[in-house]
Amino acid sequence: MPDLDERAAVRRLHDRFCFGPRPGDLDRGFADTVDRLLAPATAATPGLTLSPPVVAKGDREARKDANRQRAADEKTLTGWWLERMVATDTATERLTWFWHGHFATSEQKVRSPWHMLAQNEKFRRSGLDGFPALAREMVVDPAMLLWLDGNDNRAGSPNENLAREFLELFTLGIGHYAEQDVREAARALTGWTVRRDSAEAELVARRHDDKPKTILGVTGAFTAQSFVDTVLARRESAEFVVGRLWFRLVSATPPAPGALARLVAAYREDIGSVLRAIAAEPAFRDQATTLVKQPVEWAVGLMRALGVSWESLDDKAVKQFGNGLRGMGQLPFRPPSVGGWAAGGAWLTTAAGVARLKVAQLIAERADLRSVTGVDAIRERLGVDAWSDRTRDALAKVADHPGQLAAVAACAPEYVVSR
Amino acid sequence: MDKLTRRRFLTLSGVTAAGALAVGATRVDWDTLMTAAADDPLDPDAAVLVVVTLYGGNDGLNTVIPAADRAYQNARPDLAYQPEDVLDLGEGLGLNPGLKGLKSLWDSQGLAIVRGVGYPEPDRSHFRSMAIWQTASPRTSVPTGWLGRWLDATGADPLRALSVEPVLPPMLAGAQTAAASLPLGGLTLPGGKLGAAFAALGAPQAGEEAWQARASRSVADLHNVVRVLGGAAHDQSGEDDPDEKRDKGASAGGSSQLAAQLDIVANLIEADVPTRVYSVSLGGFDTHSDERDTQQRLLTELDGALTPFVQRMKRTDRGRRTVVLVYSEFGRRVHANASDGTDHGTAGPVFLLGEKVRGGFYGEQPSLTDLDNDDLKQTTDFRDVYATVLSDVLGTDPGRVLDDHRGRIDGLLRT
Repeated sequence: MPDLDERAAVRRLHDRFCFGPRPGDLDRGFADTVDRLLAPATAATPGLTLSPPVVAKGDREARKDANRQRAADEKTLTGWWLERMVATDTATERLTWFWHGHFATSEQKVRSPWHMLAQNEKFRRSGLDGFPALAREMVVDPAMLLWLDGNDNRAGSPNENLAREFLELFTLGIGHYAEQDVREAARALTGWTVRRDSAEAELVARRHDDKPKTILGVTGAFTAQSFVDTVLARRESAEFVVGRLWFRLVSATPPAPGALARLVAAYREDIGSVLRAIAAEPAFRDQATTLVKQPVEWAVGLMRALGVSWESLDDKAVKQFGNGLRGMGQLPFRPPSVGGWAAGGAWLTTAAGVARLKVAQLIAERADLRSVTGVDAIRERLGVDAWSDRTRDALAKVADHPGQLAAVAACAPEYVVSR
Repeated sequence: MDKLTRRRFLTLSGVTAAGALAVGATRVDWDTLMTAAADDPLDPDAAVLVVVTLYGGNDGLNTVIPAADRAYQNARPDLAYQPEDVLDLGEGLGLNPGLKGLKSLWDSQGLAIVRGVGYPEPDRSHFRSMAIWQTASPRTSVPTGWLGRWLDATGADPLRALSVEPVLPPMLAGAQTAAASLPLGGLTLPGGKLGAAFAALGAPQAGEEAWQARASRSVADLHNVVRVLGGAAHDQSGEDDPDEKRDKGASAGGSSQLAAQLDIVANLIEADVPTRVYSVSLGGFDTHSDERDTQQRLLTELDGALTPFVQRMKRTDRGRRTVVLVYSEFGRRVHANASDGTDHGTAGPVFLLGEKVRGGFYGEQPSLTDLDNDDLKQTTDFRDVYATVLSDVLGTDPGRVLDDHRGRIDGLLRT
């Protein structure tokens, strides 16, 4: 396959390392864009503070109040994050989004937006640094422990949920450990406990199994941290983690062996270096490395391209936006399982098409489209390299109505797929 | 791609088959199909399959319960049901007390329970095990689901299989075509110029990149589905179920609102749409802790959704030819853990319901004393169930879908 030209490659950088280009972004060069995206993030929007969840006991009315407060906090949290995605200039939010899908944790079971926010801030703070630090944070992260039954993991009869998913989904991948490793790893993590009103998990000594275990061939008493270090020391771990980044940021086709070796070398530095290495790979400029945009990426990208800010959405529009994301199958903070979000064709269902058009209309109605004078103007605005004849014909039917033109263009295959 | 790498990517995408769906395949011309349907309509005798997936690993031993067995009581003292709690089925087994409706179906011979269903060399990963069940390929990863291959083998028409969920389950993705999907909110499309322009995005474009072709095809399929189904409407509850106990096992995926999903399915079946296979799901069965309450609530929800559905199906001809298949990716460990829950295990029971089903037990109940690494030994291969359903519900030679698998369960379904 031929390579992308410079402008298309810059657009791909914005698609893959951020949430899509904004007007003017495509006038910069490739190297300059890499530097800008990987620069330290400046806070484009204010931080968020939530309160610990109210632990309601007994009284039915009190429980209802607590549920209402929690639902309100979750809405605040989701809106806050989407606002950041729409406003961001750097790769930090995109990596936060990536790690949210990697260490996939859902508010459905955690039931504490406060802990979900704290986890999210860890992704934001450490997401471009070395992976080991983030993995060490996650193994004792309160939201993660609530999600994967850490509180129930005690000496004498361990609960394997966290240990198994940590090996299978977060650090090593299936096939690189044995069942016995899962059982022993669960013992290593016994005793880590989180109270619903406490910001940090604590190790309760009497619940911790401090007898020797053997994990991946290493025998010792193991703390949570030395367990993580043992796992990450495996050669397969670096390959697994860079493979996951490649899968989400480049292509469902795994990197060739040479590329994989270069990415693993960069991984020894930090995740920011992996992104730089990805951008430098020839495959990154290959026209064939397409990805289906995840619904959040698509919707946020459309707001950015059309210059619609999150603050401009009123309460009703925010609710409709949320319903649209739910209809497409992706609500932030509610991944469908610990395995994370779907990929590829799974997003291209008949049902999602209806929700996609509704969200596109919602956004287009709020955009300043005075400069969108026709089919090519909307193409430029969305950063699409070229329309097919099919799409050109479709758009011609609404060419005299900029709002409808933008909405249909956003649903065009050329925009739904990141080229 | 070597096998392991491939499996890793497929499994981790969360969509084993759909993520790797072969694309750029032949586009089916809808008008041609509709003309064919009008000239040669779906056989009025054609049966319908409804697949209910229980995500998370339902604890089979606390679903079909050997309550009087000492080994059962000893293995999970705080989690075990007593003989007087369970709904007696005979042969020393009883149903979970949450399944009262299913018990009445059992009493009228409308429920078959296949015991000890699993596959060789069990994998305790939710994702790998669910992928095995959905692709029906225990040894190697394949990019197609078993019902997707059935679609491929029987005309590649996306309307012949329908998922009532926003994201397509891997089971329904074939090499050439994927099932249609329908959300609970119903489908309404705009009219006027906007509607015409949106519909025009579904026109095929020669030489288009594969994912873009899929995106375009999904728009075309959407319009076809709406044209045929007329946008089946149903109230969508935007708020999530606030039942904390019920959500305790939610970390392994699946939907809620099973009753609403089945309601839509019942409407579609009675409307005689040309769909032969429906997929619905219920999540939350990953009960590592406080299992008894959580699982009983979920089973009660399952019972409350399935029982009226099966009763309703008895009232129409097509409904009487509808078979419901209920399965989960694995059972759970025989011994309880310290959290009053159970960790990932192996074989479990599969339910089949409907007028075509010959009620009763099939397969051997796994032994509680002859265990493999603390887990039950499988007694029935899950592909035996699939093969039986393929031949006796869908009228398809199982060999076209399940390769060289030869087993089946005789007498399970009326033909």
